[in-house]
Order: sequence, then structure tokens, then C-alpha cells
Amino acid sequence: MSVGIIELLTIFVLAAFVGIEVVSKVPSILHTPLMSGSNAIHGIVLVGTMTIMGEAHGTVQVTLGFFAVLLATLNVVGGFVVTDRMLEMFKAKPAPRPSPPADPAGAAPAAPDGDGTPGAAS
Amino acid sequence: MTLFTWIDLVYLLAVIGFILALKGLGSPKFARQGNLLGAAAAALAIAMTFAIPSVRHAGGRLLLMVVAMVLGAAIAVPAARKVKMTAMPQMVAIFNGVGGAAAALVSLDAFLILTRYDASAGKPAVYRIVEVILGVLIGCVSLSGSAIAFIKLQELITGRPITYPGQQVINAIVGLAIVGLALAAILTANVVLLVAVAVLALVLGVIFVLPIGGADVPVLISLLNSFTGLAVAASGFSLGNNLLIVAGTLVGASGILLTRMMSKAMGRSLANVLFSAFGSVVTATGGADGSADARPVKVGTPEDVGVLMAYARKVVIIPGYGLAVAQAQHTARELADLLMERGVEVFYAIHPVAGRMPGHMNVLLAEANVPYDELKEMDEANPEMPTADVALVVGANDTVNPAANNTPGSPIYGMPIVHADQAKAIVFLKRSMRPGFAGIDNELLYDPKTTMLFGDAKDTLTKLVAAVKSA
Repeated sequence: MSVGIIELLTIFVLAAFVGIEVVSKVPSILHTPLMSGSNAIHGIVLVGTMTIMGEAHGTVQVTLGFFAVLLATLNVVGGFVVTDRMLEMFKAKPAPRPSPPADPAGAAPAAPDGDGTPGAAS
Repeated sequence: MTLFTWIDLVYLLAVIGFILALKGLGSPKFARQGNLLGAAAAALAIAMTFAIPSVRHAGGRLLLMVVAMVLGAAIAVPAARKVKMTAMPQMVAIFNGVGGAAAALVSLDAFLILTRYDASAGKPAVYRIVEVILGVLIGCVSLSGSAIAFIKLQELITGRPITYPGQQVINAIVGLAIVGLALAAILTANVVLLVAVAVLALVLGVIFVLPIGGADVPVLISLLNSFTGLAVAASGFSLGNNLLIVAGTLVGASGILLTRMMSKAMGRSLANVLFSAFGSVVTATGGADGSADARPVKVGTPEDVGVLMAYARKVVIIPGYGLAVAQAQHTARELADLLMERGVEVFYAIHPVAGRMPGHMNVLLAEANVPYDELKEMDEANPEMPTADVALVVGANDTVNPAANNTPGSPIYGMPIVHADQAKAIVFLKRSMRPGFAGIDNELLYDPKTTMLFGDAKDTLTKLVAAVKSA
């Protein structure tokens, strides 16, 4: 753990640019799941709470560490589970339904489209 | 290679996992896999952390650690599984708040450990204290801000912006006090001053969030999510932990961008969302004439509306939060299917912030198995509105309020809306004349083209289904 502050700052700056780059184009329907998913990712602070707990001495430090571990676990576990529940809704394409009679033209292109994307649904 | 090299390598793998997870979450096709990848990366990193000697040999503290983790998981999993889709935003706010709290506690504990070791060597380096203060400060703001956001979304307090006299003065005093105390803490390395900063940061989180209107709370949660990321990064600096720095910074940076995208979807600037309530006491009326209750509205029967829709050519359903609360998604779909069988063209017009968060309504309708091709985003739906015979507004209000276009003083002025007002007839399914989440009146309710159907959205839709069947 003897990494210098400059190295850490460099990592920080690069990570900031990566963070901006990866979410540059997100459709609005995914704003909420993305927020929730990134919320889960910062739950990785759990790793930090664990190392702190490893070095804690005395009642105060251990108590603070205990609650830190508890709260971070809530964040990381709850965050990923709740995001998965949101995204579950997007997974399967709904069962094909008879297309409305008023729109016979739409029926033809719809069929190959349904066959063409089996990879998305499991 | 030493054990620490291995640990750092595994952390690096986890970092790659997180970056790909974020990337995946931004694309409809890979979102779920992205989230699972993120979870796997987190699990991997956590498992590897048990290999660190100080953790592995922590004895009783290791036991406490495991107890805390089991307890946390035992609370979080059922909570996240059982929460209703409509209450999702609150859940995210809670998980975000506790994450901020954890980061603040890590920084505080790191400070205690640091000053213990350095007691002989004198005061720790300035930048080490700065790292701690940033972690504590941002984490605490995120915690109390998320708590207030939760209370607002849960409607335990009003969703309207809360303003009081001297607000700006109080904010300025709290802000200056934090800066002063933080500087003093840096100079003295005194833990009491650090705790004082933490307490004031909690106060700051509260007074920062109170004036933000209910409709803007989702944007706020996104911002607080970003804050928690930065707090985690700060605690990563204190611990010299690359994983925390990168993961926290990724979330912090992407969160700020996401927050901007969300406010843009609402046609607002971020500054406008955060500070619009300051200094101006917002009036609750959309129109010039004061009392809204006295004005007449046209109240229809489900039978009338059923006939109207059964013989229409194009019906647009505009769903809002009320539809979700009444759990009426399935009935809405039944009605849509029935109309389509009769040859009526039906689609759903989805406002980007319909429900309580951007994308929330898409999730709710997907839950009811509404096919994607019947969902149209606002920009796609609006050009079709003038040709729609009926705009059926189910439990929505603010997202169709013309005040957003034509009343410059209104709190929602500038927000894009679904142009229900351009349809040939408008039907509102509402429980009452109460204003929407933004707390403002809607002129459209008094429009001569508008028919009101009061009652629970699900009941009314069930009656409409029956009416269309017999039409």
C-alpha cells in the first residue's frame, strides 16, 4: 500500500475519462437501470470496509467498521439484485400476437424480425 | 509474485468487469448481462479481499465482518426482491444512501487508524487528511440527501419544493462553517473537528434536497449516486486501494453525465433542477385565476368514453404514475388489445420521465407484457398526436400539462410534454382533481375537449373494457 499520491491521482483522472466515455450514448429507457447498476458498483466500497475492519483496534474503530461492512453489503447486494429485477422486465420478447387486421402490411416484416433476434431472448 | 500482486491483479480484473458492466448497462441488448458481470466482478473482488493477511488473521473482527455481511445480505436480498416496481426509485435512494454512509465510515475509521499509527511521527501529511475529509463530507451529504429523497418519493412529506425565509443565508452559513471546520481539521488533525464536519455535512444534505421539487427527485438521486461514487473514490485514496478509486470514479463521472442526460430528457438544465426553487416562492397555480376548485370540468361516464374509443380510428394511451400505483398495466393492455381487435390503431405514448424516473414506465409496461412496438417515445408520439381521435391519459398529469409550454412562471416550464392537448378528444382517468407530483394545476383538465373519469384507474379501465365490448 505504498503507492504514491501522484499515481493514485493519475488513476483517478483516467478513470474519470473512462467513466464519461462508457455512458456517452444511453437510450432514456435505460437511464434508471444504469443509475441503479452504477449504484451497485460503488457498493464495492465493501472491499474498503473489509480492509479497514482488518486494521481496526478498539471498540470505536471496530464498531464503526462493523456498521461500514453492514451498510456496504446492503449497497452492493441490494443494488445488483434490484437492478436485475428491473432488467428482467426487458429480457424476453413478448409472445407473438395476431397483428391487428387493420395493418396487414406490418405483419410481413414483423415475422422475420422475430426470428432474426433469437440471441436477445434466452 | 507476492500475494499483494495477485490481489491487485484480481482487483484489476474486477475493474475491467465494472467498465464492461457500465458499457453493457447502456445498451438494451446487453444490459442484463452487464449487470450480472458487474455482480460477478464485485463477488470476485470481495472473495479476494479475504486473502489479505490483515483480514484473514483478524480473528474476532473477521467473524464480526462475516456476521455483518450475512446480516446485510439477509436484509438486502428480500428487500430488493419484494419491493414493488413502483417503489423502485425509493429503493435505489436507500441503497445509495447506505453506500455513502459506508464510504464516510471508512474514511473516518481510516483517519482514526492513521492518527494512531502516526501519533509518534507527528501529524499526518495534509493530503491524507484532505482525502479523509472529502470522503466523510461527500459520503454524509449523499446519506442525508438520499434519506430526504426517499422521504419525498414515499410521500411522507410533500413533493413540492420546500422553501423558507432565509434559506440562502442558512445554506451559506452551513457551507462556510464546513469550509472553516475542514480547514481547521486539516491544520490540527483533530478528530472532533472531523466529526463536526460530518454532522454539518449531514445538515447540508438535508437543506440541499428540501427545495428540490418531487418531479426532479430522480435527477437528484442520480446526482447523489454520483456523489457516493466520489466518496468511495476518496476512501480509496485513504486506503491506497486502486479498485475503490477506479470503481468510485467510474460511477462518479458516469453519474454526472447520466444526471445531465436525465435533466436534458426533461428539457431542464441541471442548475435549473437543483436551484430553481431558491429565492423564488413558487406559486402552485398554473393559470392566472386563483381558485381552481370552483371551475367546471366535464365529467363523463365509462359508457360514453367506451363508445368514443370503440369508434375512433386512433387512440393514444398516455400512462403515468397513477396507472402504476393502481396496478392497472394489465387492464390497460386488455383495453388496448380489445380496441385493436376492432381495428382501432392504438399505441402508448411514453414520456421520458413518466412514472417516477426516466424509463420507469417502460419497465412497468414491460412487466404487463405490452409489446415494444406499441410503445412510442414522446418524440416519436408527438407528431401523431394531432391525428389522434382520443388521448386517454391514465394517471398522468404533469407530463401532459401545457403549462410546461405556455406558462413561463411554472415550475415545470420548459419540460417537454406529450401533446395530449392536440388530440381531438382527451380523456383523463384520475382519482381526483388533485394536482400531480410537481404540485401544480393543469389547465388541460378544464379544456372543453376534455372528459374526466374519476376513480381508481384499474376500476375505470375495467369499466371501459366492458363498455367497449358492448359498444
